[in-house]
Amino acid sequence: MNGVFWGVPVNVWTILAAAVVTYATRIGGHLVLSRFKTIPPRVDAALNAVPAAVLTTLVAPAAVTNGSAEALTLAACLILGLRLPMMAMFAIGWALIVALRALGL
Amino acid sequence: MSPSRSEFFQGVRASLPIVVSAAPFGLLFGALAVDNGLSTGEAVLMSALVFAGASQMVGLNLFSDHVAPWIIVLSVFAVNFRHVLYSAALGRRMGLMRGWRKAAAFFFLTDPQYAATEARGEGRVPVTFAWYMGMALPIYVMWVGEAWAGALFGRLLADPAALGIDFLLPIYFLGLVLGFQSRPGWLPVVIVSGLASIAAFYAVGSPWHVSLGAAAGVLVAMILPPQPGGVDAAEVRP
Repeated sequence: MNGVFWGVPVNVWTILAAAVVTYATRIGGHLVLSRFKTIPPRVDAALNAVPAAVLTTLVAPAAVTNGSAEALTLAACLILGLRLPMMAMFAIGWALIVALRALGL
Repeated sequence: MSPSRSEFFQGVRASLPIVVSAAPFGLLFGALAVDNGLSTGEAVLMSALVFAGASQMVGLNLFSDHVAPWIIVLSVFAVNFRHVLYSAALGRRMGLMRGWRKAAAFFFLTDPQYAATEARGEGRVPVTFAWYMGMALPIYVMWVGEAWAGALFGRLLADPAALGIDFLLPIYFLGLVLGFQSRPGWLPVVIVSGLASIAAFYAVGSPWHVSLGAAAGVLVAMILPPQPGGVDAAEVRP
């Protein structure tokens, strides 16, 4: 897309609009929720579940849609991560994915 | 050091693993942006104003396909829709911030920023503007700089897969998920979100698996009988 609109490239307009909708997602949830005086217990339970729920969706498909090296790495990290600190698990996971891919898995 | 200065540097320390693991993606974005027809300036502008990696990559794909601009904007919105959930959850951690500072803080709300702020608030450590920006600014400055460097040296990453760099984010996100294991209802929420996101990934496709999978997990948390150990309403009030 190389058009120009009001002297500004369409790509730049598109980026500006993307920035506006992105900021709307970042502040919108708070603006809507701050209208509540107190948080009902169910809503509170839902909010407590948000981080684990969202982050899980970034991991689970990565475990099943890649090869066996990726699946094995995440399985190992899942077991290690229950015992080890985050950075230790991360370092072992990194070494594992490099090693398993080098082995051709 | 004044308290706010030391908090700022605590934030900087918390940002370091994120800065390192995001660097390849920041560079990759810059390189791919030029590949997909953006100028170096436009690539930097996008990293500086959108500041959300996954959505920027999705946007790039579409720039090269000559699709209507509103479809690009809608796709960016879809990928970033998860921020609505972060934003709703995080307002209660930001009780110490007011006015423009709070508005500015929300601009820097990324996945790792959200997770670290949640974790800090959960440990009963005050989430101040100084700490928050101490974490956010290094991530932001490096991210914007990497778009520029990546655009200039498009072939900086010859073979990211051989170094496993393309797979660091899922490992990192898994670590964050495990960090929340003491929360009430954690296991059922994780199992349902995981299965639902995989099902949605195949049925509807990316990026909708994020919103749909998360919604399923959150729904489970709402249906489960309320358990002690959650955050009580008193500290939640905005």
